[in-house]
Amino acid sequence: MAKYGLRTIAIAYLFFLLVLPVGLIIWRTFGDGLQPVVDALSSPSAVHAFQVTLTVALWAVAANTVFGIGTAVLLVRHSFPGKRLLNALIDLPMAVSPVVVGLALILVYGKFAPVGGLLESWGIQIIFSTPGMVLATVFVALPLVVRAVVPVLEELGDEQEQAAHTLGASRLQAFLRITLPGIRWALAYGIVLCLARSLGEYGAVAVVSGRLVDQTQTLTLFVEERFQNFDQPAAFAAATALALIAVITLLLTKLLRPKG
Amino acid sequence: MTTDVAVRPAPPPGPPGGGARARSRFSVPGGTALGLGSSVLYLSLIVLIPLAVVAWRSLDEGPGYFWRAVTTPDAWAALTLTIGASALVAVFNLVMGTIIAWVLVRDRFPGKAVVDTLIDLPFALPTIVAGLVLLALYGPESPLGINLAYSRAGVVLALLFVTLPFVVRTVQPVLLELDKEMEQAAASLGASPFQTFRRVILPNLVPAMLSGTALAFTRSIAEFGSTVLISGNLPFKTQVAAVNIFSQIEGDNTTGAAAISTVLLVVALVALVSLDFLQRWGSRRG
Repeated sequence: MAKYGLRTIAIAYLFFLLVLPVGLIIWRTFGDGLQPVVDALSSPSAVHAFQVTLTVALWAVAANTVFGIGTAVLLVRHSFPGKRLLNALIDLPMAVSPVVVGLALILVYGKFAPVGGLLESWGIQIIFSTPGMVLATVFVALPLVVRAVVPVLEELGDEQEQAAHTLGASRLQAFLRITLPGIRWALAYGIVLCLARSLGEYGAVAVVSGRLVDQTQTLTLFVEERFQNFDQPAAFAAATALALIAVITLLLTKLLRPKG
Repeated sequence: MTTDVAVRPAPPPGPPGGGARARSRFSVPGGTALGLGSSVLYLSLIVLIPLAVVAWRSLDEGPGYFWRAVTTPDAWAALTLTIGASALVAVFNLVMGTIIAWVLVRDRFPGKAVVDTLIDLPFALPTIVAGLVLLALYGPESPLGINLAYSRAGVVLALLFVTLPFVVRTVQPVLLELDKEMEQAAASLGASPFQTFRRVILPNLVPAMLSGTALAFTRSIAEFGSTVLISGNLPFKTQVAAVNIFSQIEGDNTTGAAAISTVLLVVALVALVSLDFLQRWGSRRG
């Protein structure tokens, strides 16, 4: 009896908290057929928001992938003073509110901050423009690739790499031929997580972008702006598109997740 | 969002090559130094320096100003609501997360794999979409007739949604590895199912349950996107700290925003340090 009771509680909780709300939005989106959805998502503002989102996410994922691989190799294969500290600091972005991320970047790279002012005088605008949004996205997604690669790199060991070295392979050759193939699934897993986080970021980007419609508006900002302006169909359509991306991410991570 | 990687803070990686290439502690070879330099530079420019500037700016105009900024009626109301709601959400997650993890590990029913996959959905779903989705079901146009919009219950609901995976995903692996023989031994010695749970299973789960709860608490403290739409951001009533910071930034009061941000950072760090402590305590016992 207790078994069925617990099962019912768990499933009812998940149903009312997760399944029903997400299902309702999808049902409402497609309630009037496919055409309104296509119309809403092909409006110039929506298309522009898609483009901004993709640009920002791709730059952020590229930067975090390079940093992620480099730092994972550093943490696993090298020893240096302060390693524990570096390892702890990498998780720091997980504990920071997205709004605080945005504020922090404005205080350093904003027009009226020393660094931001200097860059501005060189004609480089960070805040209220794409570079700032990339920085914010990099910040929030920073630990994901490192944390996906580190355990696999540890498990892999470095015997094969050393064997490659003794056979005359350069550092780069050993990395490309031995290390990279060894970590490729973990790396793909980390990149998928990082991409999903980057596409879906809202708070940090809302602060640093200035939320300029048709300029710095990402898809998540588009959802909020359309909803506040009583354009429910567009907000629901974009939300459903983002939810679809989330579901694809879930399925991909299920496939790629390192076993054990 | 994010799944596993975020849920289980990794232990520091071990020494290189099983310690085979022991070096003197302070001589770092050229390649390592270059890599380390780039890594630290990247982390500093994007994360460390900006966060340090927030803390520094919050004390820009003296500790008196900091204190006044944090204790203005609307900021104080936002902070107490955030911490109170987060504590409530953490405790609720502790119970529900453990029940869900238990059902996923010990129960068998058709569709279990789907349910297991669904648990990670709140991590994958953008927070603004989470808020919108909840508002559609539990807002003014609710088909269930339940309207939680612009109420504190709505804030709690949003926080429950985004923190759902934490306790489930920390308790589940521990439960999977738990030795069933211990339970059988307890049962054969005459323990009731409740006694077995209370004396044998629960002590093994407590460290994981508590670290999941701490993660959920930290996440709730910081949450912004999911609460924006459903809370309506009414100062003194439903405005959480992150939204208060946001409106202060919009109003160009960066020093005030920095002060409340610093409080949030400190609360999160305290929770994470306690989490680290819990994990060490757990691994000592395990």
